Amino acid sequence: MEDLRNKYLEAIAGAGDEAALEDLRLQAVGKKGEVALKMRELGKMTPQERQIMGPKLNALKDEINSALAGKKAAMADAALDERLRTEWLDVTLPGRHRPQGSIHPISQVTEEVTAILADMGFSVAEGPQIETDWYNFDALNIPGHHPARAEMDTFYTHRADGDDRPPHVLRTHTSPVQIRTMQAQGAPIRIIAPGRVYRADYDQTHTPMFHQVEGLAIDKDISMANLKWVLEEFFAAFFEIDGIKTRFRASHFPFTEPSAEVDIQCSWVDGQLKIGEGDDWMEVLGSGMVHPKVLAAAGVDPNEWQGFAFGMGIDRMAMLKYGIPDLRAFFDSDLRWLRHYGFASLDQPTLHGGLSR
Amino acid sequence: MKFTLSWLKDHLDTEASLDEILYALTDLGLEVEDVTNPMDRLKDFTIGKVLHAEKHPDADKLRVCKVATDEGELQIICGAPNAREGITVVVAKPGVYVPGIDTTIGVGKIRGIESYGMMASEREMELSDEHDGIIELASGEVGDRFVDWLAQNDPAKVDAMIDIAITPNRPDALGVRGIALDLAARGLGTMKPAKTADVAGAFPNTINVTIAEDALTDGCHVFAGRLIKGVKNGPSPEWLQDRLRAIGLRPISALVDVTNFFTYDRNRPLHVFDADKVTGDLRVHRTLGGETLVGLDEKEYTFGAGQVVISDDTGVESIGGIMGGLATGCTDETTNVFVEAAVWDHIQIAHTGRALKINSDARYRNERGIDPAFNMEALDLATQMIIDLCGGTPSEVVVAGEVPDVSRAYKLDTDRVQSLVGMEIPAEEQRKTLSALGFVLDGDMAQVPSWRPDVQGEADLVEEVARVASLTKLVGRPMARVKAGVPKPILSPMQRREQIARRTTAALGYNECVTYSFIDKASAGLFGGGDDARRLQNPISNEMSDMRPDLLPGLLQAAARNQARGFSDLALFECGPVFHGGEPDDLRVQVSGLLVGKSLAKDVHGESRAIDLFDAKADAEAILAAMGAPTKVQVLRGAEAWWHPGRHGKICLGPKKVLGVFGELHPKTLETMGVKGPAVAFTLYPADIPLPRKKNATRPALQLRDLQAVERDFAFVVDKNVDALKIVNAAIGADKVLVEEARVFDEFIGGALGDDKKSIAITVRLQPTEKTLKEAEIEAVAAKIVDKVTKATGGILRS
Repeated sequence: MEDLRNKYLEAIAGAGDEAALEDLRLQAVGKKGEVALKMRELGKMTPQERQIMGPKLNALKDEINSALAGKKAAMADAALDERLRTEWLDVTLPGRHRPQGSIHPISQVTEEVTAILADMGFSVAEGPQIETDWYNFDALNIPGHHPARAEMDTFYTHRADGDDRPPHVLRTHTSPVQIRTMQAQGAPIRIIAPGRVYRADYDQTHTPMFHQVEGLAIDKDISMANLKWVLEEFFAAFFEIDGIKTRFRASHFPFTEPSAEVDIQCSWVDGQLKIGEGDDWMEVLGSGMVHPKVLAAAGVDPNEWQGFAFGMGIDRMAMLKYGIPDLRAFFDSDLRWLRHYGFASLDQPTLHGGLSR
Repeated sequence: MKFTLSWLKDHLDTEASLDEILYALTDLGLEVEDVTNPMDRLKDFTIGKVLHAEKHPDADKLRVCKVATDEGELQIICGAPNAREGITVVVAKPGVYVPGIDTTIGVGKIRGIESYGMMASEREMELSDEHDGIIELASGEVGDRFVDWLAQNDPAKVDAMIDIAITPNRPDALGVRGIALDLAARGLGTMKPAKTADVAGAFPNTINVTIAEDALTDGCHVFAGRLIKGVKNGPSPEWLQDRLRAIGLRPISALVDVTNFFTYDRNRPLHVFDADKVTGDLRVHRTLGGETLVGLDEKEYTFGAGQVVISDDTGVESIGGIMGGLATGCTDETTNVFVEAAVWDHIQIAHTGRALKINSDARYRNERGIDPAFNMEALDLATQMIIDLCGGTPSEVVVAGEVPDVSRAYKLDTDRVQSLVGMEIPAEEQRKTLSALGFVLDGDMAQVPSWRPDVQGEADLVEEVARVASLTKLVGRPMARVKAGVPKPILSPMQRREQIARRTTAALGYNECVTYSFIDKASAGLFGGGDDARRLQNPISNEMSDMRPDLLPGLLQAAARNQARGFSDLALFECGPVFHGGEPDDLRVQVSGLLVGKSLAKDVHGESRAIDLFDAKADAEAILAAMGAPTKVQVLRGAEAWWHPGRHGKICLGPKKVLGVFGELHPKTLETMGVKGPAVAFTLYPADIPLPRKKNATRPALQLRDLQAVERDFAFVVDKNVDALKIVNAAIGADKVLVEEARVFDEFIGGALGDDKKSIAITVRLQPTEKTLKEAEIEAVAAKIVDKVTKATGGILRS
């Protein structure tokens, strides 16, 4: 029996391919194999002999079977190794192309501004861009002769001969949305109004269209100190710089009183602007307490309600935050610019996830 | 508004430094835009003395000088003819920047001899045009700073020039004295008493003045004047010329310079007529229209009707409050002068100035508002100054109209600063501030000074107090949420849709563009616009003349620009407003995408192909789905003319409810817009997607069927122009319970079928709900499908 074991284990170890292995299996443990023949002999044995030989033969069968399985697995591994040796690809070839879209900085920054101010309770209001001169000027305490009207570089729409209505204007600021929204909703109110505005000016730093966001908060006891807090919080969140300093300077806008221009802290080193550090100041927005005449024009009683308004340039905020040099390029749709300054589609700014990466 | 430091100090007694003054100005709302300080520019020049000078051995015109300086004796080569021993000079040592030649001095060799600096001329230091030789000072100690010497001996040369921006509400700050008053109220010094004059008339005035009835109420309030006889005009004195030059004005003659001086010193425009050129009396009246006048700027102006002018017996001689006429202007030969001080209606000035397009200092001030109460005094002060400078004898004063009464008072509520601004300022300090600004307090009523037309209510008093106290000191105070707790969403469904559309389109590989809302007329016309209602009256260029009727022309222009830069495969989109009329309500938000060129750049995997309308369709459907559009839609034809007539589709909910259009652009449109095709596009209308009816977030329960589904394929031969969707819809309609899905998987056109036929293969999925389908049941449904499709399309089953 020991001979049998040695013979087959040796032969299995030496088998060259799967067919040889199958032959060996049949010879050894097949129905007519040598082990099976031996098993048959068990019937002729005495019960005592059988008790000894039975388990031995079973063990031999198991041992041969497991040697066969082991050898088979080893052969399969070797065959796979051999196949894999021939399977080679140039992995430096490019992957399948996925087109890469982008979000324009103006959309991105508008969403950033909205995310911050929404948390302070401001909702988003919208309004017409071809506007009547009443909403764009008169209601905002800019009467027809006011020098500010001439200084606004207003676009007017064409009036046909015989149409004696005053021409409409392309809104020169987002402020008319204040009036329309107050007329519709009354007070108290907290809104921002982002959108396109138009002024007839085109040079290095001006484009005839740009984007503003207007802020308006009206309630019983909102003061300019609240305005300053809101803006300080806003700038800290927007520029992602804690404790960024702001400065209020007295100024004048027809629609606010008192009025202030607001500067943020910055530094200029070697022509490089850095926000939130240094001793210089950068003017970023105009603001003030809404003029009683403006409230009255919008149907809100100025003896009962008061509050603030502010307006800033979205394009300009984008330039300052992301270091984009030229305003004119915003509207040129140069693919290289869109890819370089644009944002990934899923980079949606949120307060909990962060505004920028 | 420009002025100089020494001019300011005529009115303000102050020890404040220039920097302190600049800071205070900006903080008070008089924003400093520019400062030129010669003290800074010339601070490194020092005084030296030439100890020895001899001719350069190798150059006839050069001298080798030994100069005593604060750094000892220096050798300087000098080419000036007056460089000689013993003179006191101004030295720029190596390292000093010389503004007049825009050079920083270094150590150099001139014809073999070293030179350690430069002796400067006036022009080299930008003090004057003088360049005949180097400066020779009559005094000065070696080593002293030259600017200190100038401050002592020629202060005008080192006078700092300050330019501030004036907001339209502050005409008072268009005079140096008004600026001084603000600074004094801030505590930067004390006001010097204003000059006064009381000129007695020596003889009766002979040029009478009247204001016509129609000009009296809202044209000219008061016109005062007087004759000064026997003046001798000529250049004004050096100090006055220096002042005017420092603020960028050209000195003309004493008489004219006097009027310019008052314009800037006291915000008080005046006018002087050469009395000998005035024929008869002066009459203020409104124009009939068509009159002309050559102004002092030598341009001819033609008047419209109703403008307010001053005429003599021969016609219009001056545009009241805006510009005088050339014919009656003063010249060096003028000996008799008529001085005018008038108060014009500021609205009338604005309208007339704008109509005539004249931007003069006089218009600028008269339309913002001058101090009417100062009118008569201004006439006397100007008279006195003319007499002082030019001699002459003044007449009595003639006055037409009346000085308008602008007196008014508002209640000062000292708590209002706290409630409106949020600053704690003691009541006494508030009253002190207002008094310092010229308000007269009577109890709690504040009488507004006549030079502050901007103060029109109680809120203005608060503004003045806060402004002078400094808004820089304002401390932010938290603004509570309207309601405590988690903030509610604030975006409207439309606003969310726009955000989702943007981000979905970008995720599909498109680059977002923001293009101008205006476009050229031709492009607007191609896309349904270009009409009068949407035309701009005053476009800045022909490329931006009309409000855009659609987003596609802007995207096509962007594509053409990018093609010119060498980018041939493009995916651009925009989400923004378009204008379907010229009224405020005629605004509609669109989302448009444009694909040009290949679906992919050519690549190693061989998957690049020309884009086609099914790319645009898939993207349009994906974006619509993201915005919440229903999936069951019709696809119709017949969209606008800029689409390829046979290769576009309208995605509709019924024939009139169009959610979007996709397709190839018309080849002619592409050609006109200069885009090399192929190009496909889509335009979607987010506002036309119906709002979801359901109000809660619960989804319907998921229905999972355990029974085996069966798929069967059918191929139908139909006429070539039959829509595949018709076949699909017919198949779905064959058994609304069993047919779960039907979709096209193959299209074959022509060949053995003939040129006008095509074969459409669909696969239909049958999903039993109660028991597994038997073959006979499947056959029955299949027969119904064939029957329905045949009825709907005339197609026959392909065997």
